[in-house]
Amino acid sequence: MKPLLCTLPLLLLAACGSGTQPQTQTQAALPAAHVDPATAGAISGRILFKGAPPAMPVIDMSSNPQCERQHHAPVKAEIVVVNPNGTLRNVFVRIKDGLAPARWTPPAESAKLDQQGCIYVPHVQGIMEDQQLEIINTDPVNHNVHAECQVNQAWNESQPPRAEHKFKTFSAEEVLFPVTCSVHPWMRAYIGVSPHPFFAVTGDDGTFTLRGVPPGAYTIEAIHEKYGKQEGKLTLAPSGAATIDFTYGS
Amino acid sequence: MAVSSQYNRGLHWWSVLLAFCTLLLVVAGGLVTSRDAGLSVPDWPLSYGKLMPPMEGGILYEHGHRMVATTVGILTIVSMIWLLRTDDRRWMRRLGVVALIAVIVQGVLGGITVLMLLPWWVSTSHACLAQLFFSTTVAIVLFTSPWWRRGPVPIEENPKFPIRTQSLAAPVAVLCQLALGAAARHKAIGVIYHICGSPIVTGVVLWISLRIVLHYAQNRELRLGALALVGITCTQVFLGIAAYMTRIAYADAVQPMPLMVAFTVLHVAVGALTMAASVALAILVRRNIPAAAAGFSHARAVAIS
Repeated sequence: MKPLLCTLPLLLLAACGSGTQPQTQTQAALPAAHVDPATAGAISGRILFKGAPPAMPVIDMSSNPQCERQHHAPVKAEIVVVNPNGTLRNVFVRIKDGLAPARWTPPAESAKLDQQGCIYVPHVQGIMEDQQLEIINTDPVNHNVHAECQVNQAWNESQPPRAEHKFKTFSAEEVLFPVTCSVHPWMRAYIGVSPHPFFAVTGDDGTFTLRGVPPGAYTIEAIHEKYGKQEGKLTLAPSGAATIDFTYGS
Repeated sequence: MAVSSQYNRGLHWWSVLLAFCTLLLVVAGGLVTSRDAGLSVPDWPLSYGKLMPPMEGGILYEHGHRMVATTVGILTIVSMIWLLRTDDRRWMRRLGVVALIAVIVQGVLGGITVLMLLPWWVSTSHACLAQLFFSTTVAIVLFTSPWWRRGPVPIEENPKFPIRTQSLAAPVAVLCQLALGAAARHKAIGVIYHICGSPIVTGVVLWISLRIVLHYAQNRELRLGALALVGITCTQVFLGIAAYMTRIAYADAVQPMPLMVAFTVLHVAVGALTMAASVALAILVRRNIPAAAAGFSHARAVAIS
């Protein structure tokens, strides 16, 4: 019995630290990426929405009046946001396949995830592997930030009001994972971690543009939190421009 | 306080308080899961590094659960000391120690599941141990009650409709069903397994209860225990259907909806009552139908035949 009692805490400790540790050695062994500006082109497109846009529920913030007071109008969920021009917002678009294996350098500038009025801003964003994510709490309330990663190491940390910004990095490709707050269960953002810089998130015009892409044949992937993934193939000529549209619908 | 074989009124009512607070704890735990508040306080044993964080949003549920748990822990410690110092029954004193160990393990499981970001196997174990601990506190209430101290009202087992061993099937079946429900709530398995288990468990409970009502009704304790178990189980089935229907109705909601939360938490609480009632009935059966009597009855039946 005694050995069992001694072993149990060790097993628990081991279990606590047994989260998935992404493999970064393979990436480090790759040659540094180089794009010739003379031949680089652009891939662009639109995310169209077909059919009647679903009505988004109004978020009930009454459980925390300090959240409620920061809004002058009812706040609707951002799960499906259809723009006036019939396009879909918050779709993560990226080159899925076709790039030569290479090690891309993440930008020095950090991506930002703010908690404003008990809403995550932005709702969807992409960052590069090892790029810093700066997490800000501009609310006068406590939040917890839970990165629900499956490939990278998941974490959950509190962030009181006016606390120092948090800086996090994700070292493995993962598209998309949710970031949630259990203090305010309606809060949900999505992050896509990409090994290369060729990704975009559609905004209020529903378009995307991937610039500085080397010529080649690519698989382009669009991911929406509710409607899922779609893929399309295209070929980008040297110094050319290629377009691809995706259509989602309810 | 001297060791005594007499009814201890203070100890009995303390046990009632412990069982009641444990049921509140089960409700508080159910609220944490149903309100998606399990990770609203990322640290443990402190909450946001404090004993008392601001009780806002999900923190209210998670820290409230911890506060009720602390109260139950203190009540259990006092209960154990009280039993050790005053109860003449060795097995009863041991039960007091077992209850304290269970509540400590339960607290540690609760802490581990927060620190490990709610792995299903820890959260499910936490939920199942909660049900077992509540049944233990209800058993302590039975064992410290005045009528328990007055002794059993023996009844012979009907050899055609044996019940002594069969009565154990109900708590085992209910515990399995609770484990399936907890696993579904913590996303380890689909809810379909819990739904499929429902008619089986209900059937087992009805089979045991009806056998008692039809063949052992002359014993008041057994009759009332069986009827109580049937009533609680029927309520539980209704609440299960209501909880499932509200989950379907609010499948697209961006946050836990009050009606869904209410029915789910009630389903969890009445699940704990079902478990406790099945355990209590098994205890009553085994107390009032002693093994020796059963053996004698069987021998007499064989001789007559």
